[in-house]
Amino acid sequence: MSKTAALFRRELALAWGRGGGPLNALAFYAGAAILLPLAGGAEPSRLAAVSTGAAFAALALASLLSLERMFERDYDDGALDLLALGGPPLEVAAAIKALAQWLANGAPLALLSPVIAVSLGAPLALAPLIVLTALLAGLAMTFLGGAGAALALGAKRGGVLVAVIVLPLYAPPIIFGAGAVSALAQGLPWQPPLAFLAAYALGAAALTPFAMAAACRNAIG
Amino acid sequence: MLAGANGAGKTSLLRAIAGLLRADAGTVAFLGADAQARDPDEARSNDLHFVGHHDGLKTQRKAGEEFAFWADWLGGAAGNRADAIETYDLKPLLDLDVRVLSAGQRRRLALSRLKAAPRSLWLLDEPLAPLDTRWRAAMGVQMAHHLQGGGLILAAAHDPLPVPHRMVEVGA
Repeated sequence: MSKTAALFRRELALAWGRGGGPLNALAFYAGAAILLPLAGGAEPSRLAAVSTGAAFAALALASLLSLERMFERDYDDGALDLLALGGPPLEVAAAIKALAQWLANGAPLALLSPVIAVSLGAPLALAPLIVLTALLAGLAMTFLGGAGAALALGAKRGGVLVAVIVLPLYAPPIIFGAGAVSALAQGLPWQPPLAFLAAYALGAAALTPFAMAAACRNAIG
Repeated sequence: MLAGANGAGKTSLLRAIAGLLRADAGTVAFLGADAQARDPDEARSNDLHFVGHHDGLKTQRKAGEEFAFWADWLGGAAGNRADAIETYDLKPLLDLDVRVLSAGQRRRLALSRLKAAPRSLWLLDEPLAPLDTRWRAAMGVQMAHHLQGGGLILAAAHDPLPVPHRMVEVGA
């Protein structure tokens, strides 16, 4: 098997089991997304108004859950040394790790997000766009979060540090993702915010592997 | 062989040679067969093995999965993999979780990379420490074989290695 394919398979298996796996993140996501709008009042009309916003805010929190350990285990057990030592560049390895994390964690969350939004009262017609925007937002969040996780390597209680580093960077995907969905709901053009979201996600996927690799090298040596 | 007290810097020296640690002073150069300096990154990724305390094995995965992954990552050919499993007697371990392996079995699994993907320079950090008498002797045979084939070994250890070697005292 090629080196990158072997790494992708391994990372997918590890991400699937990390932090209790996607089930944990999904349960957390459902809980957080239901609690947020309830805090603003339980009338159905109010819930429906904030349903997509709540789904996106909770998505950001849920995607943070297992990020902390994306590089930490490899750092602790020496696998990061061996990945840095030979084979494809560390930038490629970091991108593969983030991609596997997104597939194992971000994608299941994205599939759950329309269920949550609709159960809070969002119209069913929005569901396809919610999945698409949640997938893109999740991609951006995973790659940005990976850079945060790499920067926090070696720090005690790195999880809180990761959240502090990356939460501000999660604002654009939330704004554009929820923005696209609410634009569609109001009959406004929804393509521009979607395009911004896609650009942000692809930009993050293209640039953060360099940050991840640099931060990993710094942590190793 | 690198000898020296605990904390003298044996591991740091090995890591600096492997490029995992930036040296405060001095440089590491790799010379090819033609005595020309090689690109260090290229030399490290193609011709060097580093086996240390942290073996990169995931405790929750099967020994066989981890063996196959690292062999893939290092570009080990099928014949070499079979050799490695044979030489380090890994067959009975492959179906077990890494978690349940003893320290010596785990070290054998890590050392099997040396065989699964042959490289000319071995950097070993206390390679024999967890091994029993039988496997120390077997490792001596592997090391002798590697040296006869023109390979190079730099090992940090506290006990003398089971092959003829030159001792360098670190931190003296």
